[in-house]
Amino acid sequence: MQRGPEVARTIRRLAHEIVESNGGARDLVLVGLLTRGAPLAKRLAAAIGAFEGESPPVGKLDVGLYRDDVAHRDPPPPVRPSDIPRNLDGTTVVLVDDVLFTGRTIRAAMDAIMDFGRPARVRLAVMVDRGHRELPIRPDFVGRNIPTAASQTVDVRLEEIDGEDAIYLIEGAERHGEH
Amino acid sequence: MVSIEPAAPEAATEAPPLQAEASTEPTATWTRKDLLDTDVLSGEEIGLVLETADAMAEVRERPVGRVATLRGTTVVTLFYENSTRTRASFEIAAKALGADVINLAAAGSSVGKGESLIDTVRTIEAVGADILVMRHPSSGAAALAARHTDASVVNGGDGAHAHPTQALLDLYTMRRHVGDLAGRKVVIVGDVLHSRVARSNLWALMAAGAQVTLCGPATLLPRTLRTLPGHEGPGGCEVTSDLEAALLGADVVMALRIQRERQEQGLLPSLREYIRQYQITEERLARANPGALVMHPGPMNEGVEIAPEAAHGLRSVVEEQVTNGVAVRMAILYLMATARPR
Repeated sequence: MQRGPEVARTIRRLAHEIVESNGGARDLVLVGLLTRGAPLAKRLAAAIGAFEGESPPVGKLDVGLYRDDVAHRDPPPPVRPSDIPRNLDGTTVVLVDDVLFTGRTIRAAMDAIMDFGRPARVRLAVMVDRGHRELPIRPDFVGRNIPTAASQTVDVRLEEIDGEDAIYLIEGAERHGEH
Repeated sequence: MVSIEPAAPEAATEAPPLQAEASTEPTATWTRKDLLDTDVLSGEEIGLVLETADAMAEVRERPVGRVATLRGTTVVTLFYENSTRTRASFEIAAKALGADVINLAAAGSSVGKGESLIDTVRTIEAVGADILVMRHPSSGAAALAARHTDASVVNGGDGAHAHPTQALLDLYTMRRHVGDLAGRKVVIVGDVLHSRVARSNLWALMAAGAQVTLCGPATLLPRTLRTLPGHEGPGGCEVTSDLEAALLGADVVMALRIQRERQEQGLLPSLREYIRQYQITEERLARANPGALVMHPGPMNEGVEIAPEAAHGLRSVVEEQVTNGVAVRMAILYLMATARPR
């Protein structure tokens, strides 16, 4: 659906929107949700650095220990260490993820982020919003809105992990993660 | 392959660490109801425990060192033998994951009134235990308990048989300092014959590809291990009474606790004789590789199996073993609580 250069353009636009909304890059912390939110957050930070002169700190967050489906999921998600670069008191945290779906991952991420301090604000940036929310959660920065059927899968592929930049809409394929 | 945004100068230098990030994802899943010993674990399963423990160690370092993942899960510790560190370590681990913990000691329970192990285990299950952590002086007690309950059983030490969580925390500690254990030389010194720590370490280390040397007086070495039938796993095992030779090229030196009663049993001519030949000292450690780790499962008899300078020296990671024990036990409790038995 979308290819390398378009993905890069989308990231650049999101970076501008984040800085505009925050009135600069001050006190900004980008936190990518593992797995694919982490490289996205790094790229957003690099893009911000390219036009603001300074890149905001970047963290990565694993929400496995905060999910509400730990007892229902098969197989259980592997948990990995989070890495939050600074105390988050008073900062503007932008959570970064590839696909926004049910909202349950973001609910878990908000719980997790509060264990690292008390941010002044928490915002949400996603590459793709595919709808089907199960919780009252909405994104602040959206790369693309893609209307989907529940049976479809949105697959965001990134150079750092998958060897290519692309977004695919797959019919009835097995989901590799719920968002 | 598609080109990515060339504007940011950092982009090119960022690629290698990101690739490493993707490759460290554990592939194994945990499917076991019980953890009775390390001898059944594959290298992948051990890897899963250790990588999960990395995440747990990170949780412990946060300002709020706990999460609520296992709320609604009840962990019961049932100890028929005295233990401070193992029981406390499991309790702290369970609480750090938000589980409820009930500690039972044999002295204060119906065990004192002659209730059988099986009855006790069934009663504990009936009141709602999800995970039972058990220590018992008889080898095989945890396996017996596991056969009679649907609760997950974690062996916290059974007789001279096994102590799997100690072995896994030892491997975790080694891996943090030494890295990949494949081909590394680990020397375990002391009363190997009576040591469940040595046995569980041996199986886990061999699965991880390490070369293990078991060393001690001939009377304290198990004969069966000398003719170990090609055990599963890429590592190897050697048994010797020559400590000076064993220490050559060692990456890890682990001393085991010497019980004073071994002397009364005629297994040791005298403690002084043991100290002279087998005590881990700074002087002896000079034969090991530079930076070799000194480990001990505790509690230490300083001045017997290990000299105080070695126990608290620069190479010693004895205290870190205790700290890592909490993260490793958190990992095990998390994996057991979320296991999907096949």
